Amino acid sequence: MNTTAIDTAPPAPSDYFSLTEAPPRNGTLLGFWIYLMSDCFIFASLFACYAVLGTEYAGGPTGADVLDLPGLALNTALLLVSSVVFGFAMLEMQRLRKGAMLGWLAIAGLLAAAFVSLEIHEFLTMIADGAGPGRSAFLSSFFTLVATHGLHVTLGILWLVVLMVQTLKVGLNEDNVRRLRCLSMFWHFLDLVWVGVFSYVYLVGVVR
Amino acid sequence: MLEAMPHRAAIWNFLFGRLTLNSLPFLANDAEGHILLVTLAVVVIIGAATLAAVTKFRLWGYLWREWFTSVDHKKLGIMYMILGTVMLLRGFSDAIMMRAQQAYAFGPHMGYLPPQHYDQIFSAHGAIMIFFVGMAYIVGLMNYIMPLQIGSRDVAFPYLNNLSFWFTFGGAMLFMVSLFLGDFSMAGWLGYPPVSELQQGPGVDYYIWGLQLSGVGTLLTGINFVVTILKMRAPGMTLMKMPVFTWTSLATSGLIIATFPVLTATLFLLALDRYVGTHFFTDGFGGNLMMYINLIWVWGHPEVYILILPLFGVFSEIVPTFSGKPLFAYSSMVYATIAIMILSYLVWLHHFFTMGSGADVNSFFSLTTMMIAIPTGVKIFNWLFTMYRGRVRYTVPMLWAMGFLFTFTIGGMTGVMLSVTPADFLLHNSLFLIAHFHNVIIGGVVFGVFAAVNFWFPKAFGFKLDEFWGKASFWFWLVGFWVAFGPLYILGLMGVTRRLSHFDDPSLQPYFIVAAFGAFLIALGILTFVIQIYVSIMRREAYAVGGDPWDGRTLEWSTSSPPPDYNYAFIPVVHHRDAWATMKNLGFARPQGGYNDIHMPKNTPTGIIIGALSFACAFGLVWYIWWLAVASLLGVVVVSIVHSFNYHQHHHIPAGEVSRFESVSNQAAAQGASA
Amino acid sequence: MSQPSSSGHAMPSDGHDPMHEHQGSLRGYLTGFVLAAILTVIPFWLVMGHVMPNKQLLILVILALAIVQIFVHIVYFLHLDTRSEAGWNMMAFIFTAVLVIIVLGASIWVMYNENVNMMPMSPQYQQHPISHQPTSNQPPQ
Repeated sequence: MNTTAIDTAPPAPSDYFSLTEAPPRNGTLLGFWIYLMSDCFIFASLFACYAVLGTEYAGGPTGADVLDLPGLALNTALLLVSSVVFGFAMLEMQRLRKGAMLGWLAIAGLLAAAFVSLEIHEFLTMIADGAGPGRSAFLSSFFTLVATHGLHVTLGILWLVVLMVQTLKVGLNEDNVRRLRCLSMFWHFLDLVWVGVFSYVYLVGVVR
Repeated sequence: MLEAMPHRAAIWNFLFGRLTLNSLPFLANDAEGHILLVTLAVVVIIGAATLAAVTKFRLWGYLWREWFTSVDHKKLGIMYMILGTVMLLRGFSDAIMMRAQQAYAFGPHMGYLPPQHYDQIFSAHGAIMIFFVGMAYIVGLMNYIMPLQIGSRDVAFPYLNNLSFWFTFGGAMLFMVSLFLGDFSMAGWLGYPPVSELQQGPGVDYYIWGLQLSGVGTLLTGINFVVTILKMRAPGMTLMKMPVFTWTSLATSGLIIATFPVLTATLFLLALDRYVGTHFFTDGFGGNLMMYINLIWVWGHPEVYILILPLFGVFSEIVPTFSGKPLFAYSSMVYATIAIMILSYLVWLHHFFTMGSGADVNSFFSLTTMMIAIPTGVKIFNWLFTMYRGRVRYTVPMLWAMGFLFTFTIGGMTGVMLSVTPADFLLHNSLFLIAHFHNVIIGGVVFGVFAAVNFWFPKAFGFKLDEFWGKASFWFWLVGFWVAFGPLYILGLMGVTRRLSHFDDPSLQPYFIVAAFGAFLIALGILTFVIQIYVSIMRREAYAVGGDPWDGRTLEWSTSSPPPDYNYAFIPVVHHRDAWATMKNLGFARPQGGYNDIHMPKNTPTGIIIGALSFACAFGLVWYIWWLAVASLLGVVVVSIVHSFNYHQHHHIPAGEVSRFESVSNQAAAQGASA
Repeated sequence: MSQPSSSGHAMPSDGHDPMHEHQGSLRGYLTGFVLAAILTVIPFWLVMGHVMPNKQLLILVILALAIVQIFVHIVYFLHLDTRSEAGWNMMAFIFTAVLVIIVLGASIWVMYNENVNMMPMSPQYQQHPISHQPTSNQPPQ
């Protein structure tokens, strides 16, 4: 074969292989971030529906009639505190203090569980008052968007419990640390979505 | 079918939901029943023969260990290609039934298909061809080729890759079950309300849950591939040294991530309307069916670019290889890909110009639609200039590439015609539109897939495909396509609308007869393709090749054919674009020793178990068998959690085994180089 | 043409070790918390205290505060910056943000126009023939 001078200093033939095994590169954190980005599009579709259908009351109750702002304030506070508490747990994880981390995680999980319970209570009250998801397009889009967020939080709690058990069982090994980091992103992401929910769905829904 | 039989005991209703003996359409004593009965008989006979053969040759254990539970991207890629081909046969039989009906049903003749059966056929044809043929093929190609091209041993998340396949497979099976249990959606391939809201029975539910399963699988694949490309490229392969197929895989995966969630959400809202009684797309209570059409096309338009972009990548590999030149204007190819990726998200409204958005909205989307033709045109010129003054070898993949250039360019131009809003008001929902999108999807996606199969088949199996039957298949497809869809362009310009099962005007009939003849030619194209595969397998000894049968340019041709489980004994280091072509020029030497243990993921049955449970869940939802839906959904959660408790998901291939395999393949590679 | 492979996201050296990646500090979380709390309290106060009579302006203020708060969350809780994962996290976020804005903005624009152009406006159509409930009582957009 004739060697064409492509480069000023062409690499030797042996430079075309890495002779040692590289340490495996882990893409889980990036992959999970990209999953969260894809989740943004689910929420974007639901927000778009609420934006288009949110004033179609069909003669039924309006946002100002059914949306409970004091309850919303409590829920928002629960989720925000839960988010920060999860951050504290991550700080303890970095110092490899397993017990303290599990303590903070338990608090974060309980706060989120309280959030979900309050939300279910709110839904049941609304349905009992005749303002269920089948009443109007406004209520359909309201229930679907808020419940989708709530379902995410519920799955997050389930995942949290599993990870706490796994940490108790095998300790803070590399796999568990990575999984906890993913859950941490998930947790903060859900709080971020909630900012959109309470601002646009509830506050704007009451005002307009 | 809607109401369970009144005399059934409550326990049967609990156990079987809405499923009754009346749900078996092949028992009906009419034309539809007879057609389905014959189909069922054929499926049962072929299925039983396959199962018997697998049992007789004691292949179950082999299939389970080496294929069903495999996390190897190459095997998953091949499984996607097989799934795509099987579903192509199903989708094409729908097509030929429609062509036969339309060629015959004029004036007093009502044809052999009653309207409600015809409506199910065109709905199933479209949905299957897009989701289970087009998507399965492009995911299969990306799975097989992309990790090899970037010099990687696997994808970023091998287990997820297996899971994605079984989700897609479960969705496809749900579509197949709908043939013999209940009916299918009559609402078209996109399930527009109000039809999809009003049609009672399981048809639309099959459609919804089948697409949900495959949609989740596709989304996971998209995430997997993006991370693979971003994190697992060989050392030295910067973004601008990536092969163009890898670039288009990245763009397509990015689009999948940005659009499939919208599809999931939209179908979920449709399901809520049907199951829970919400009012998103209803006619009343403030619901707005135009919102469905808006949302579904937010997914739907990028989807066609998801389908075509990887094939643009395929042609960008094939044309330089067989022209013996580097790709003309690599950078502009990359920028055009990125431009298409972004612009494809800005054009969706051109699917419903006639819905009444007004002049300003229509003008905006009309302009963006015209703009997206520009980067596509850049690509066409790049391929042409790559061929210009090259030593073009007219192999089968190259023939498909040239057939694509001719056919796709015309399809693209009719697309620009449709983007002109006033013209679209005349052509909307006409056969002109049908001809246009078949022109780009057959001329682009299908031709591209056949080109890719002919090109990479020797890499995957170690022998070439037969040239004669390959060329026969190409010419039947090319001529068949134009004979089938040329008349539809003319009919569309004459104002004939789509989705009609009967016509009154007998002067239209000759066009439909010609179109049916074209479909027959395409059938011969598929038949000759099957013969091509069969003949090549029979003559595999004579057609055997080494690692690099085409004088390839990218890294996948540097390893043996078929590649070992670990792809590369030593991870390649990349210094240039067209890495393998440069390595050959510089007289590289394959290392002959010093192998290391190789770290690989273990196979896992979790994917197929979760896939089966998801299928059961979807089936339960379709037939209102609530215990099945709930139990299998819980099963999915439990299996996932149990899987996460297994921390040992890797194993090592010892260096000795690598050494044994490499010495064999080094000999084969030496033969290939001399051949 | 061939740089000595310095340009690298693909190099093994960038493999993130999750054990030792520095993310977040107590100070950061507390700053984020205080900012988020302030940005939450203001819109609640505006709405519940009926402070602003102008509804359009009030909605714009609520949305603006929400967007600011979303960025607070992204910076202080999700630790998004241009360095993590060689900038791909940021790239993915920008890509998503642009397309989400397109989906939301264009959907609202399209559907608003379709409602204006296509919804029957004369009074006898206000009560939709299929609907069982009157669909009148439409508040101004």
